[in-house]
Parts: sequence; structure tokens; C-alpha cells
Amino acid sequence: MESYSVKRRIFYDKLFKAIIVFLTFCSILPLFFILFFITSKGISMINWDFLTQLPKPVGEWGGGISNALIGTFLLVIIASIFSIPIGILTGIFLSEYRNGQLAYLTRLCTEILQGIPSIVIGIIAYIWLVIPLGSFSALSGGIALGLMMLPVIIMATEETLKLIPDSLREASLALGVSYPRTVLKVILPAGFSGIITGILLGTARIAGETAPLLFTAFGSPYMNYNILKPINSLPLVIFNYASSPYPEWHKLAWGASLVLIILTLILNLFTKLVTKKWKIQF
Amino acid sequence: MNMQAEHFSKVANSENFFRKLLSLAGVFIIVILLAILFTLFISSFPAIRTFGIYFFSGSTWDPVRSEFGALPFLMGTLATSLLALAISIIFSLPISIFLGEYFTQGGKATFIKSMIELLAGVPSVIYGFWGLFVMAPLVRKLELSLGVAPLGVGIFTASLILAIMIIPYSASLAREVISLVPADLKEAAYSLGATRLEVIQKVILPYAKSGIIAGILLSLGRALGETMAVTMVIGNRNSIPNSIFSPANTLASIIANEFTEATDSIYLASLVELALVLFLVTTFLNTLGKWIIHRMAVNR
Repeated sequence: MESYSVKRRIFYDKLFKAIIVFLTFCSILPLFFILFFITSKGISMINWDFLTQLPKPVGEWGGGISNALIGTFLLVIIASIFSIPIGILTGIFLSEYRNGQLAYLTRLCTEILQGIPSIVIGIIAYIWLVIPLGSFSALSGGIALGLMMLPVIIMATEETLKLIPDSLREASLALGVSYPRTVLKVILPAGFSGIITGILLGTARIAGETAPLLFTAFGSPYMNYNILKPINSLPLVIFNYASSPYPEWHKLAWGASLVLIILTLILNLFTKLVTKKWKIQF
Repeated sequence: MNMQAEHFSKVANSENFFRKLLSLAGVFIIVILLAILFTLFISSFPAIRTFGIYFFSGSTWDPVRSEFGALPFLMGTLATSLLALAISIIFSLPISIFLGEYFTQGGKATFIKSMIELLAGVPSVIYGFWGLFVMAPLVRKLELSLGVAPLGVGIFTASLILAIMIIPYSASLAREVISLVPADLKEAAYSLGATRLEVIQKVILPYAKSGIIAGILLSLGRALGETMAVTMVIGNRNSIPNSIFSPANTLASIIANEFTEATDSIYLASLVELALVLFLVTTFLNTLGKWIIHRMAVNR
């Protein structure tokens, strides 16, 4: 009787482990399905024309996504210009004054900001920028994306700078280096890799975002470099083409999806390499 | 002597300036958040004043007659998010036990970890696109065999896609908490003759319970606000859903669909009020989840 029960317990133990391993592998299957489908449907679309031509109107076969590629790039640039300086400064503030009352509030607000649904950010950018400026614009889309990138950079900067040992700062101060110089020339460079990782993570987060662009950047069939005019972006193209009734446009959307997925994968991979190469070790 | 004093005061000045600049950046974030809340409130005020509590209990959303009741979207959001959460837990909990207990390092762990990270990195519009063209036909077949209207799109499809999307979030947090369970607790249980399953059941899960719940709350917050994937596969119908296969709309998807069409001010204000509700609910869930984690970290 005794040995039976021990056997049973061991059996359950092994069964449980098998179930855990099975379910874990099941849950990564969707990733392969998605990658497989996008690649198999999109690969035939990708050629030089697809990447360098403008979209054509319905009925005409062909056309490319060059304006969306440029648009995504411009939007990311605007978002970075807005969020990187403020993000790094706030990150320094949080790590330098970690126990202050103001830092506590700032940290709380950063966390809340990170949790705001992207569609709400889109509405905010619409009310703040699109209504006063009178038209949809790349600027409003970039700011919306910047608002989403900001908390990622703040948190990455804070986490990295916190890890830097006090001895480094004390050594610098003991040499008579002023406090701002110590922060800018000693502490910040020591945390460089973490900050870069944060920026890359933030970029990866916003590069595929669609919801905040729906009523800010809005999309446009033309090539546009003016940041006060509507602009196209890859995720917007995918959304607009995928929800259209034309099979030719669906094909374009598969192609655009493949390009977008490759871009985000490269960003993720690059982030990992950077983290490995310049990891702070003390 | 005088020059030295001047130099020191210059240094002190630049220090002061630098400290002020840092504090200013901190204040800026607080101001941004308050401005967001304020903007949402002011812009939705006409709707709040006109409809009051009816906004949450009314089941008619009719822009033509300017009648706005958000109950269908509240129900749609709740149904999709909870169903997605239930499906995702079946997978996220095993992943976190797999990574937090069975395979904490080594090739398998690295493989699974990077795959989960990639899963989190796929843009939501691609999930929606894939869901619309691959998942929806499968669901349509299922619906045919069950004898329900074979639409393919609806709450069920949206929940499936949403579940895949939030698995990485609840799994990563639960993994962290599970790997934090002190080794001496586990070893004590092993020394009493417990099998690994019993250690997981009776030591690890009870110890990590609140962290796992926090992870679930945070992923619920994400599920509620997820827009693109849901908008593409939920079917977009503005009435109260009557089964898990029926098409519906969520708070986020109705905003995405109708915001650019909203011409008169009360329509716009009603949509912004939906955004305000979304903002308040996700903020509440996120803050609660973070608070639980913070409390755990302090207790340790």
C-alpha cells in the first residue's frame, strides 16, 4: 500500500512536468505560425520596386511602400527628439534623488504613463496638436509615439544608473570634480549601455504602433517630408490595406507585414547584442 | 583670493542650475500626466453633463440621434478581456513554472525565453492581420460545426488573439516571482520527502501567489487597452453581445473605428469619455498590480 502511494506520487510528479513542458512548447507555436504565414505570403511581394515605389490607386497593380518606410523613419526621429533628452534627464533625477518625495511622485506618474493604452495617447495627441494646428500631421504622430517611448527610456536610465557603485561617484567628487560634471562625465558614460538599450527598446515598442497614429499621422498616399502634413507609416499601411476589400491590397499588406516584422526583429536582435557587448560589470 | 571665491560661486551656481534642471524634468512628467487627465476630463465634460449615469447603463449607441450609452462596449471589453485572460493563464503559468523552476538556465530556457520575447515584440497590427486571415476562417469552421452563425469574427476570435498577445506579460512577471522563492524553503520540503510537484503545489505557488496575481492584473490592464488586433477581428457591432461568438465592440475598438467620423461635439465628447474610462480603469489595475509587487519586495 505504502509503495503504491509513493509510486503514484512519483507518477503524478512526472506527469505534471510533462504537462508543463507540453503547454510551454504549445504557447510558442503561434509565433511560428505567424512568422511562417507572413513569410510565405509576403516573400513574393518583396523586391526593389516594392521598397522604392509609391502606392498606386485601386485597380492598378503594383506600387510600393516607400512613403511608409520614410514616414515610419520620420515618426521615430520626431519621437526620439522629443523623448530621449527628457527621458534621460528624468532618469538621472530619479536615480540621484531616489528617496525624495518628488521622485516618488515622478516614478508613480512614469508607471501610470507607461500603462496608458496607446489609443488614449492618440486621442491626447489629437486634442493637443491636431485640433490647434488644424490638420493631421507627422508632428502629432511623432509626439504621440514619443509619449509612449518616454517611460521606457526613463525606467531604463534609472535602473542602469542605480547599479553604478557609489565609489565611482565618490572618487570623482574627491578629485574636486563638480557635481554636474561627475554626473555627465562619470556616471552617465558608465551607464551608457543601459541607456542605449532603453532607447532601442523604446524604438522597438513604437515602431509597430498603429493605434496612436490613426488620428494623428493619419496616413497618406503621397511621399511627404513636411512634418505638418499627414504622413504614412508601415503599421498604418498594413491596417488600411488589410481592412480593405481588395485582394491586391491584401497582398501588399502581407509584404508590408514582412518588412515590419523583419525591422522589429532586427531591432530586438540589435538590442540584445548591445546589452551583451556593453553590459556594465562591477 | 577673490578669483577663487568667484570660481567657487560659479561652480555653486552651475550645480544649482543642474539640480534645478533635474527636478524640472521630474516635475515635467507629473505635469504631463496631470495634463492628460485634465484634457480627457475637459473634452468629455459635455458628454458627462448630458448623459450622466445613463452613459454607463444605456445600451443604445446611436450617433444619428445623438444617443450615447456605452454599456455594449463595457460588456464587450469585459467579455473579451476576461476570456483572453482565462485562456492565457493556461499557458502563461506553465511557462513561468518551466522557466522559474524546471529550467532556470541552459539552452532550453534561453530558447523559450527568446521566443516569448519575440512573441511580445510582434506588432499588434500584425496579430490583427494574421487573426483576420488565418484565425477567423478556423473559427468560422468551428462555428459551422457548432451550428452558430459562421461569421468568423467576434468576441471568441478576439479573445484568442488577445490571449496570445498577453501571454508574455503575465508569464514574465510570474517567472520572476517563482524564481525568487527562497531555496531553503524548497529544500526543507524536499528533505521531508516531497516530490517536485508537491513542492510546487505547497511551497512555490502559495509563496508566489500575490506576485502571480499582480502579473495577471497587469496583463488584464494591457488586454483592456489593446486596440488594433481587437478592432480587426471583433466584428464591430454596437449592441450588447449575446454569446461568445457574436460580434461586438470594445472601448478601444469603438474609438479606433469612429473617432475620425465624429463630427458633432457631443459625439466626440462621448468617445473621449470612453477613453477617460479606459484610462482610469487601466491606471487602477496597473497601480494595484505594481503596489502588490512593491509590497512583496518590501516584505522580503
